Amino acid sequence: MKIRAMLMAVSVAAAQVPYERIANADKEPGNWLTYSGNYAGHRYSPLRQLTPANVAGLRVRWAHQFELQRTQVSPIVADGVMYITAPNKASALDLRTGRTLWQWERPIPSDYQSIGFGRVNRGPAILDDRLYVATLDCYLVALDIRTGQQRWASRVEDYKPGYSMTLAPLAIKGKVLVGVSGGEAGIRGFVDAYDAVTGERAWRFYTVPGPGEPGNDSWAGDSWKTGGASTWVTGSYDAALNLVYWGVGNPGPDWNGDSRKGDNLYACSFIALDAGTGKLKWHFQFTPHDTHDWDSTHVPILVDADVRGERRKMIVNPNRNAFYYALDRVTGEFIAGREYAKQTWAKGLDDHGKPIVIPGSEPNEAGNLVWPSLNGATVWFSPAYSPQTGLVYVSTREVGSTYYKREAEYKPGTFFAGGGETRIPEDQQWGAVRALEAATGQMRWEFRLQSAPWAGVLATAGGLVFSGTNEGNVFALDASTGKPLWDFQAGGPVMANPISFDIDGKQHIAVAADRVLYVFGE
Amino acid sequence: MWRPAFFLCFAVLAPLGAQTAHDAVPDMAIGRRVFESQCALCHGQNGTGGRGPALNRPVLAKAPDVETLRNVIAEGLPPEMPGAWQLSVREVASVAAFVASLGSVTAEKLPGDAERGRTLFRARGCTGCHIVDGAGTPRGPDLTAIGAKRNAAHLRESLTRPEAFLPVGFLIVEAVPEKGEPIVGTRAAEDPFTIQIADGAGRFHSFRKSELKALRRRAGESTMPSFANSLAAPELDDMVAYLAGLRGKQ
Repeated sequence: MKIRAMLMAVSVAAAQVPYERIANADKEPGNWLTYSGNYAGHRYSPLRQLTPANVAGLRVRWAHQFELQRTQVSPIVADGVMYITAPNKASALDLRTGRTLWQWERPIPSDYQSIGFGRVNRGPAILDDRLYVATLDCYLVALDIRTGQQRWASRVEDYKPGYSMTLAPLAIKGKVLVGVSGGEAGIRGFVDAYDAVTGERAWRFYTVPGPGEPGNDSWAGDSWKTGGASTWVTGSYDAALNLVYWGVGNPGPDWNGDSRKGDNLYACSFIALDAGTGKLKWHFQFTPHDTHDWDSTHVPILVDADVRGERRKMIVNPNRNAFYYALDRVTGEFIAGREYAKQTWAKGLDDHGKPIVIPGSEPNEAGNLVWPSLNGATVWFSPAYSPQTGLVYVSTREVGSTYYKREAEYKPGTFFAGGGETRIPEDQQWGAVRALEAATGQMRWEFRLQSAPWAGVLATAGGLVFSGTNEGNVFALDASTGKPLWDFQAGGPVMANPISFDIDGKQHIAVAADRVLYVFGE
Repeated sequence: MWRPAFFLCFAVLAPLGAQTAHDAVPDMAIGRRVFESQCALCHGQNGTGGRGPALNRPVLAKAPDVETLRNVIAEGLPPEMPGAWQLSVREVASVAAFVASLGSVTAEKLPGDAERGRTLFRARGCTGCHIVDGAGTPRGPDLTAIGAKRNAAHLRESLTRPEAFLPVGFLIVEAVPEKGEPIVGTRAAEDPFTIQIADGAGRFHSFRKSELKALRRRAGESTMPSFANSLAAPELDDMVAYLAGLRGKQ
C-alpha cells in the first residue's frame, strides 16, 4: 500500500521544472536549467566554491562517451539528473555517477544530408516534466523527463531541401522556441514557437520577409525565396519585456551577392520578437549585404549597465564580423561598438553602428584576402558574462582567408554558396580568450591560445573563467586577470560549451571534448 | 554503423548502368566548376582543407584510388560529408579527376640523371635526416613521395635555400628550463600550457611552459644545410631529377 501511495503521489505531483524555476535560475545555482544557464544568455554560474585559490585541485569525477566525435552538447542539470543530447539522441545520466538512466533515439532518415555543417546537437531544453530535443531531420520532440518516452514530435520543416536543426531549443513560459540550419542550402529561415504541452505551432517569424512585408525590398527580385538567414543558435529571453532575442545567419548564396542586391534583411542581424505573438519589435543588422558568411547566430547577452551615468537595458554581442556591439534591448538603438579582433573589411562603425565598408573587400574571382575568415572572429560557441566583473569573455579566432566568388545555381537540397575560402597557413592562425568591458567592448585582458578556438566560455562567481582548446586542454583562468590557474589534457579537441552545477553540495564543471563528456570536481 | 542510403544509391547508380563509357570521360573544367561550388565550402577553394580534410595530397586516406574517390563523391562519407546525388556520372568523374590533380604534380621532363642523383643523395648524407622508402633517419620530412607533391622548381629551391619552404611540423625550438640544460630540437606538439620537443637524437622532452625560463621559436630557420655551393650545377640537376622521380610506392 505504501509503495502504491508513493507512486500515486509522484503521478499527481506538481511539474518538476516549472517556468518559474528557469526564470529564477540564478536562485538555484546547483542546477543548470537552460542552455545558457539563465534566460539572459550569460553562461555564468553563481556558484562560488571553486576559486582561484582551489581550482588547481580539480580532477575528473566521471566521464560519458559519445558515439560521434566533435560533440558540441551543453547539458541541462536538474534535481540530480544530467540531460544530454547527440544528433537525434537524448539521454538522462545520474549526476553522482554518470550512469545512464534512460536513452531515446529517433532514426536519421537514410536520405538526410547535412549541407554545410557537421552532424551535431548542442543540447536539450527542459520545462515542467518534458525534455525538448531538436533533430537533424527537423522535428521538435518532447520527451517525458522520467523515462525518455515520447510525448509528441512536431515537424518543423521538410529536411529534404536542406532544413535541419542542431540547436538547443529555448523553453519559456508555455512555449518552446527553435531555429533552423540550412544557410548554405538556400532555405528561407525562421524562428518557430510551439505549445509546450501539445506541440502545436504557436507562431512563426520568417527571417526573410515575403512580398508586401517590410524589408522584402532589401532583396532584389525573387532572391528572398532562397535568402538563407538561418537561426541555428539558441536565443535569449527578457521576461519583463516579454521579448525573445535571436541571432540570424548569413544571406544566401554566401559569397556571391550579385543576385541578392540590397541589405538582405534580417540576415546577419539580431531580432527582438514578442514572445506571445512572434511579431518583430526591432532588428539590428550587423553586416548589411554580407558576402563573407558572417552569420550573427550568437547567443545574445542581456546586460544592465550604466552608460554615461544612465542605467541602460542592453543587449551585447561580440560578432562574427570582428566588431563588438552594445545595443538598447528595448528599442534596438546602437549604444557603442568597436573592433575586438583583427578585421580588414571596414574602417569602423558609424554613429548608428553601421559598418563603414572598405570598397573591394568582397570575394572575387581571383581571391581576396580578408580578416576574419568565414568562421569569423567568433562563431556559434557561447561567450560568457560575469555580473561580478562586468566583463564579457569570448573565445576569439585570429584567422584571415582568401575569399573566392563563384556562380551559384539553386537546386533544392544542394550547396547554394557561390564560392569559398582558403585560410591563411595554420601556423599563422591563432586565438585567445578575451575579456571585454560589457558596455564598451574595450579589452581588459587576453589569454593567448595556440590555435583558433572552437570552445565556449563559462564564467563563475568564484572568479573563474573556463574554456578549452583544439589541442585538448580544458582550463581555468582568473576572471579578473586572465592568469591560467588549472588545465587538464582531455585527449581531444574541445568544441563545446562548459557548464557548472553541484553534486551533493559540491561545485562541479562539465564540458565535452571530442567524444567524451567530462565532469570535474574537487 | 552507417547503412548505405538506398535512395541515394539508386539515384546515383541507376543512371550508371545506362551510361556509355564516353559519358564518364572526365572534364577538368567541369570538375573544377563543380568542386568550387559544391566541395570548396568544406575542403577549401584549392583543396587545402577547412571544415573538411585537405585534399591536396597524392593519396587520400579514404579514397586511395579513382574508383573509391568517385564513390565517395557520389555517396558521401557519413556522418560529415554529404553525397552528390545531384551530379551526373560524368560530373562525378570530373570532380574525381580534379580532386586527384590537386595533390599530384605532373611528371616533368628534367635535365638531370636520376640514378646519379640517387648516389649523390646517399653520398651527401641526406639519409641522415630523411627517410625514402622506409630507409634513413627521420629528422626531417619523409621524401618517399616528394616528387608527387612538389614540382622541380620547388625541389631545386629547397636544396639551395632550405629556409624558403619550411616544412609544416618541423619548427625548431629552444627551451630553457629553470633547472638543467637548454633543449634545442623539433617541436613535436604544443598547446597553451605545454610543449614537447624531439632533440637531435630523436629523444622527446616535455615541459610545462610555466617551468621554462625562456622558449624561443626559431621560425624561419632550417636545420638543413644549403647545397647551393656544395653541389655543382649538373649535380643539382641530378639530385632534382632523383627527388622528382620519388612518387611513392606504386
